[in-house]
Amino acid sequence: MSTVNSFRTGPDEGGHFGIYGGRFVAETLMPLILELERVYTACKTDPGFQKELAGFHTHYVGRPSPLYFAERITAHLGGAKVYFKRDELNHTGAHKINNCLGQALVAKRMGKRHIIAETGAGQHGVAAATVCARFAMECTVFMGTEDIERQKPNVDRMRLLGAEVRPVTSGSATLKDAMNEALRYWVAKAETHFYIIGTVAGPHPYPAMVRDFQSVIGIEAKQQVMEAEGRLPDTLVACIGGGSNAMGLFHPFLDDVSVRIVGVEAGGLGIPTGKHAASLTGGRPGVLHGNRTYLLQDDDGQIIEAHSISAGLDYPGIGPEHAWLHDMKRVEYVSATDDEALEAFQLCSRLEGIIPALEPSHALAYVTKIAPKLPKDHILVMNLCGRGDKDLAAVLGHLAKRGRPV
Amino acid sequence: MTTRIADRFARLRQENRAGLVIFITAGDPDAKTSLELLRGLPKAGADVIEIGMPFTDPMADGPAIQASSLRALKAGMTLKKTLDLVRRFREGDKDTPVVLMGYYNPIYIYGVDRFLGDAVKAGVDGLIIVDLPPEEDVELCLPAIRKGLAFIRLATPTTDDARLPKVLSNTSGFVYYVAITGITGTASADTRHIEAAVTRLKRATRLPVAVGFGINTPEQAAAVARVADAAVVGTAVVKIIAEHQKQPAEAVARTHRFIADLAAGVRGARTSA
Ligand SMILES: Cc1ncc(COP(=O)(O)O)c(C=O)c1O
Repeated sequence: MSTVNSFRTGPDEGGHFGIYGGRFVAETLMPLILELERVYTACKTDPGFQKELAGFHTHYVGRPSPLYFAERITAHLGGAKVYFKRDELNHTGAHKINNCLGQALVAKRMGKRHIIAETGAGQHGVAAATVCARFAMECTVFMGTEDIERQKPNVDRMRLLGAEVRPVTSGSATLKDAMNEALRYWVAKAETHFYIIGTVAGPHPYPAMVRDFQSVIGIEAKQQVMEAEGRLPDTLVACIGGGSNAMGLFHPFLDDVSVRIVGVEAGGLGIPTGKHAASLTGGRPGVLHGNRTYLLQDDDGQIIEAHSISAGLDYPGIGPEHAWLHDMKRVEYVSATDDEALEAFQLCSRLEGIIPALEPSHALAYVTKIAPKLPKDHILVMNLCGRGDKDLAAVLGHLAKRGRPV
Repeated sequence: MTTRIADRFARLRQENRAGLVIFITAGDPDAKTSLELLRGLPKAGADVIEIGMPFTDPMADGPAIQASSLRALKAGMTLKKTLDLVRRFREGDKDTPVVLMGYYNPIYIYGVDRFLGDAVKAGVDGLIIVDLPPEEDVELCLPAIRKGLAFIRLATPTTDDARLPKVLSNTSGFVYYVAITGITGTASADTRHIEAAVTRLKRATRLPVAVGFGINTPEQAAAVARVADAAVVGTAVVKIIAEHQKQPAEAVARTHRFIADLAAGVRGARTSA
């Protein structure tokens, strides 16, 4: 008897990936997320919807993004053949647009003209503001004041695109708090507003829906690596904030058991210091923001503030499907520190002429650790999910503080 | 199975008046003051007590209750200490129903079975858990009911007739109608809307209906008391505690005085209407 074994069938109808996921929201929001689930399920099999989405991918976002052989990084590291999946070349400069485009089209079908978004690095906020401009929708973005400070260019971009940016001062004034405020605002505007969650987290159907919209990354990468190398890659690496760029790359490969898959969380000042954002490495299961997943929390179930140099990874949770893949041991989760990410940021800029965002710099930091030890015919694909323009001021500041001005 | 909630609403019916439900956060501004506040609530006129279990990320609460949660946490409050507070209150009051209100994560981390056992022992009568809709009933609602605790559900303006039976299905104790589409402490409830909503709920359930969110004054409480079985006041109470957090005795006295005003409004509502 053969058993069908797939890592790609989740979630179940209650939105669970194993024990993770679910719908832990206030009653006010329940009717809405049920309606969203109904509409989204219809969109998935609607050729008209898929065609419209594909059209925007090609002509607006600029997909497919290239799979680029990073020759000089490969030579520098002296081992595995390193490819970058170049989602930083997308319109707006990161993978976030893939998801915003999809959700905006769903919102359009639901007749919603007001969009809410939370943002950390500002990339999701910019992508949301962008699709709102394109589809004539109003956009309200919640962003922690700490992040407004360190991602200033994106705040200006959002405003220029016509979005309202609402500063959030509660808690650590970062992504977690922005999400709290976005949820609170949504509760008050439930009947008229659509909430575009920026990562594979939140109540069902968000984790599955965002994954589906980001899976275009992995679907393209699979085809491109087959064309370039005639076979599947050996290793995939992506950074993890909530986990959407990673899930987008990983999901189409989950059942290809020969492919080693690695997610890189933000190690901040180092896991032992407690100042990090590595919820799988340093947290445990709990319930926040509508889903059960690994969270940074204390023994009383109070959420602990995350820390990362990267605003996009500075979140004490992770998408529930990652939590499940971690428990199932299908995906390995590791971490890279602030300093390691800063090194990788500079390395990529100097060797490849690509200034990466601080988020994928974490993925690259891990690549620089493993690639030298791997054989030259080992194919490694890393998701270069965002460009670093938004990080310039912050990075220059950090380098100056470390006595190493550029 | 505790009968305090049912007994209390039966008595209110006999007295032909609505009840006053008062919310305060456990441990706000500190454990000692919180116990004094609690002990004086029945005498001040609270018919049912809702005790907030502090949480770092209360996603359905506005600034006032967020701040009260953080004050309590900063002063060292934990879920264990919240249960301890109930136990100590219960030593001096055998009749006033106590309902714990909050978010699921601290309970999940405490351990559901252990929490329910300790809550029953402490003298808790019911639970209101904001982020556990009926879709997640296996988590806590069903185990709580098995242990004899009431699981009080929130019905909201977005809960339509098609969904209402689902919301009411495992609800016990009373139904809590959220009078505004929004979080606590942000808008004032509209009395006409409340009357229609309560009528709709009453058609669907025989449980008492309490109405909360956006009730801030004795006048508003009285207006609700004319149409519902109870009025819930939280934010307005918590704000008084915040204002006088540096003078605990003053905070206690002023809070109790305000509750007495609310109670007068509620008690006179049906006769003065
Ligand atoms: C470029 C970039 N990468 C990664 C992330 C982290 O999000 P996720 O883990 O959902 O991909 C962000 C979030 O803002 C981002 O801007």
